[in-house]
Amino acid sequence: MEQTITLQVQRYIPEQYPEPYFQSYEVPLRKKWVILDALNYIKDEIDGTLTYRWSCRMGVCGSCGMMVNDRPALTCATFLEEYAPGPVRITPLDYFGIIRDLVVNTDDFMGKLKRAQPWLITDEAKPLSEGAYKQTPQEKAEYEQYSMCINCMLCYSACPVVGLEPDFVGPAAIALAQRYNYDSRDEGEDQRNEELTGEGGIYSCTLVGECSEVCPKAVDPAGAIQRYKATGAVEWWQSVLMPWKGKS
Amino acid sequence: MSNAPKISAGERVRYKPQIYMPQMSIFWWVKDRAYVFFIIRELTSLVVAAYVILMMIQINALSQGPEAWQALTDWFATPFSIGLHIVFLILLIFHTLTWFWVAPTAMVVRIGSKKVPGSILIAGNIAMWLIISLAIGWLIVSI
Repeated sequence: MEQTITLQVQRYIPEQYPEPYFQSYEVPLRKKWVILDALNYIKDEIDGTLTYRWSCRMGVCGSCGMMVNDRPALTCATFLEEYAPGPVRITPLDYFGIIRDLVVNTDDFMGKLKRAQPWLITDEAKPLSEGAYKQTPQEKAEYEQYSMCINCMLCYSACPVVGLEPDFVGPAAIALAQRYNYDSRDEGEDQRNEELTGEGGIYSCTLVGECSEVCPKAVDPAGAIQRYKATGAVEWWQSVLMPWKGKS
Repeated sequence: MSNAPKISAGERVRYKPQIYMPQMSIFWWVKDRAYVFFIIRELTSLVVAAYVILMMIQINALSQGPEAWQALTDWFATPFSIGLHIVFLILLIFHTLTWFWVAPTAMVVRIGSKKVPGSILIAGNIAMWLIISLAIGWLIVSI
């Protein structure tokens, strides 16, 4: 007899029942299975109505983030065996609106990403004839870590401030802002500061630090935000003590 | 389903899901050990505020003359006050250490092109704190 494990999956089917509820499924406990394999097994073999997002199943696309036993995790990178003998509770990512079963609404997150303006901003585009924007390996190393973000939103579910303060722009968006602020080719820092040092910006962060703990890509958004705050403080003192220097 | 919208042939209807927004419990912070630690760290900042108030009381007593100062120092010598100070000191040291712990998160220090490891930053902070504390202690004792 194959060993099994119980998955308690949160369901939400608005046209049938107005509130989420739990449904238990018994799945084989296989050594090489991740949580996502178990969900796929349920979908294929037990209950085709179970709805969830997934795509690459290799920790790159960032679609399969869910709460596993109340902790945000990429279900494709979380082994089922770690939770033996079970049961394992699978719920949608915290602090997001639920569309159906384990699928959350990402509209709000997309809007927050936009606020951080995560793209290269230059005062004036270089003419093509001048060639490419060159960068040394050291300059690239400066922001590379922050460029690893896959927008999986786990950090948002790990951050109580996101839940308490819905306007907070959030860990990933700020880390991505820093990804461009630290890029030697970028000139958009002032523009981003305007957006991120105000209401719901970097100063809403109270440094719980869990965003960095759950990040599957070691982006360290908590570090990005604290470094942003430190830069902001230095700039503020500069503007007070040396107002003639102005903004560089 | 009974209450699903009726769609006639050829008609396109954009799916408008009824989004369910879960409510956040006020006990969110007991859910995870890291959150409990965070809340304790934040609450110990009240002790920092308490010390500031204490200092203001001391300055006030000083300005009131020798009797007021004597009354305050007498109160400091009571077992209750000593016990309170010990508890406050422990909480304050906890508060200080937790902030040293997170210092490497906020600062990236480079010597040349090499990044200084976080443990050295923490150790440096603690060393500086001890040196300054000892210097102040020495100053108080020697006066």
